[in-house]
Amino acid sequence: MNDLATDTEALTGWGRTAPTTAQVLRPKSPEDVIAAVLAVAGHNADSPDHLRRGVIARGLGRSYGDPAQNGGGIVVDMTGLNAIHAIDEAEATVDVDAGVSLDQLMRAALPHGLWVPVLPGTRQVTVGGAIGCDVHGKNHHTAGSFGNHVLSLDLLVADGRVLTLAPDGSPDDPDGDLFWATVGGIGLTGVILRARLAMTRTQTAYFLADGVVTHSLDETIAVHCDGSEAGYDYSSAWFDAISPTPKLGRAALSRGRLATLDELPPKLAADPLGFHAKPLLTLPDVFPNGLANKATFTLLGDLWYAKSGNYTGKIQSLTGFYHPLDMFGEWNRAYGPRGFLQYQFVVPPQAVSEFKSIIAEIQASGHYSFLNVFKLFGPGNRAPLSYPMGGWNVCVDFPIKAGLEEFLGRLDARVLEFGGRLYTAKDSRADPAVFHAMYPEIDAWRTVRRRVDPDHVFASDMARRLELL
Amino acid sequence: MIDATGNPRTILLLGGTSDIGLAIAIEHLKTRPATVILAARPDSERLNQATAAVRAAGGEVHVLEFDAADTASHAAVIDAAWDIADVDLAIVAFGVLGDAEQLWQDQTAAVQAAQVNYTGAVSVGVLLGQKMKAQGYGQIVAISSVAGEVVRRSNFVYGSTKAGFDGFYRLLGQALEPFGPKVLVVRPGFVKSHLTRDMAAAPLAVTPQQVGAAVVAALRQGRTVIRVPAAFGLVMLAFKHLPGPVMKRLPV
Repeated sequence: MNDLATDTEALTGWGRTAPTTAQVLRPKSPEDVIAAVLAVAGHNADSPDHLRRGVIARGLGRSYGDPAQNGGGIVVDMTGLNAIHAIDEAEATVDVDAGVSLDQLMRAALPHGLWVPVLPGTRQVTVGGAIGCDVHGKNHHTAGSFGNHVLSLDLLVADGRVLTLAPDGSPDDPDGDLFWATVGGIGLTGVILRARLAMTRTQTAYFLADGVVTHSLDETIAVHCDGSEAGYDYSSAWFDAISPTPKLGRAALSRGRLATLDELPPKLAADPLGFHAKPLLTLPDVFPNGLANKATFTLLGDLWYAKSGNYTGKIQSLTGFYHPLDMFGEWNRAYGPRGFLQYQFVVPPQAVSEFKSIIAEIQASGHYSFLNVFKLFGPGNRAPLSYPMGGWNVCVDFPIKAGLEEFLGRLDARVLEFGGRLYTAKDSRADPAVFHAMYPEIDAWRTVRRRVDPDHVFASDMARRLELL
Repeated sequence: MIDATGNPRTILLLGGTSDIGLAIAIEHLKTRPATVILAARPDSERLNQATAAVRAAGGEVHVLEFDAADTASHAAVIDAAWDIADVDLAIVAFGVLGDAEQLWQDQTAAVQAAQVNYTGAVSVGVLLGQKMKAQGYGQIVAISSVAGEVVRRSNFVYGSTKAGFDGFYRLLGQALEPFGPKVLVVRPGFVKSHLTRDMAAAPLAVTPQQVGAAVVAALRQGRTVIRVPAAFGLVMLAFKHLPGPVMKRLPV
């Protein structure tokens, strides 16, 4: 039965925690993926054990936790299926394999004056992963999340059929329920093979950016509430989660929009759609545990804050405006072999004082985070497991050390109590009951999932940990 | 599943009334609720107490009938545990201590000690290894003893069973490494437990709770062998390097 050409490999997410070993398949064609799914679906007494533990698609492994791991089962590495089938300049659409990375797509689409409509904090994610986690970017308040820009997708389901799904329904999925269960569905409805996306038109690959520096958490919140956000397509902030009040929550906002051709200086205007960034430095895997500590983080935070400043109308490259961490390859190594976890949550916009109390709790916890992102989200979409919803979205990184779990357990309870939620692309430790309570439509999602996969052909470590099947 | 901060969701305790095993499970329950499967001989007062202790610590308890000496029954017990859930952490904590001076002179008692402490432990170790290999992850905690690291005159039958046990589980860990599962061998010194309740405490004696805390800390650090207390490292070093004639005269 197992004539699948797989490799036994230990896999983790980007946080490098909780490894499990799986049979990794590197398909050369969609038919290879179909064969693997059918092999799992047709499991019988003669199958090796790992064929009974399900199958999950994996992209570039940028989720921090375990959605693309499947201990003892099959993991399909989709990055080899990365053809760009069509770029339609007139319609501003693309037709791509799910294994295409957003970096690859961006570089291919830019010469056509097309821009990837939603870019998360890294471009090293696949289109399939971007849909499966319904990723968001700095423009969530104006553009929504990635799933909002999917015109249709091809989903390989448990019985080996390839269904074509669309947001408003399709012959294979009349009411669109399966489409929206797949958006944010972390691969558990099937394998996304191909997608057609609506792109954003642009004249340049540059941003026209304004920077604002605030001096306290109150000021940071006020800037987000004074109506100025509406004037920017893109907005997010780095904030200070280590310094005590009054500096706590001081932020460096970076807001802007894609620049038009006439806004570029002549030198850049000669090649307005060019994009040439390369990583300056790939970090070697030599960092000890504990290097990421209060002293180094306070220093880095002060440097970051100092270099940010107030400015208006600055032309910035994508790396400068959006992806400063891309200057470093494999930057997760800086946290040492014990790894780290990212804690991202959103609470409703009206829960301002509750939100402030959570930030104060993080500062007082003795757990230090440097890479802190702050963004006021716009409304969410129809997908039951999609993370973004209107409200205060915060992302912090903690090195793994003693007491972290107890602290985060308390934060989970606060986030839930305030009507907020955690993010599947980041979570690596939430309690299943808490997670379920954070997603009120999770039962509707499970109903749709079970309809297309009653025998748990699709499974992942996250699905087992969060009891999603 | 074991999460990013090292918390198991399902714990199997083979030797379900072991004070050390229970202390490890309860130490884990301090950070996160879990299901605890107690595999033990049925219907004893000590099993009732163990069940109550785990429940009081926030654990959901399942009980499986288990006889360490009856190796033919082991596969069914391990299967039954996995039928409840994927086992994230299995603690091999059963064993008999016996009267050292009786053991080396009483064939029946010595064979029984060897069967429980060594044969039974190898039996469940092979089965646990296969299950965890198939699931691609898992942690085994094997409760060895400093008595097995250097076998001494004072309790050499027990010590020899633990020497075999120790070697088996250390190398099981190496064999499983490419497939994901991990093994931690724990070598406590004198532990004040029901097993030693009639004995005078030896130097460097510890409580089961101290062993539990040390084990959970070692798991979070990814260790493969620990001694509890760690000071036994020096004692063992001395034992290994003392000349035979000197060692013979020591009352150990």
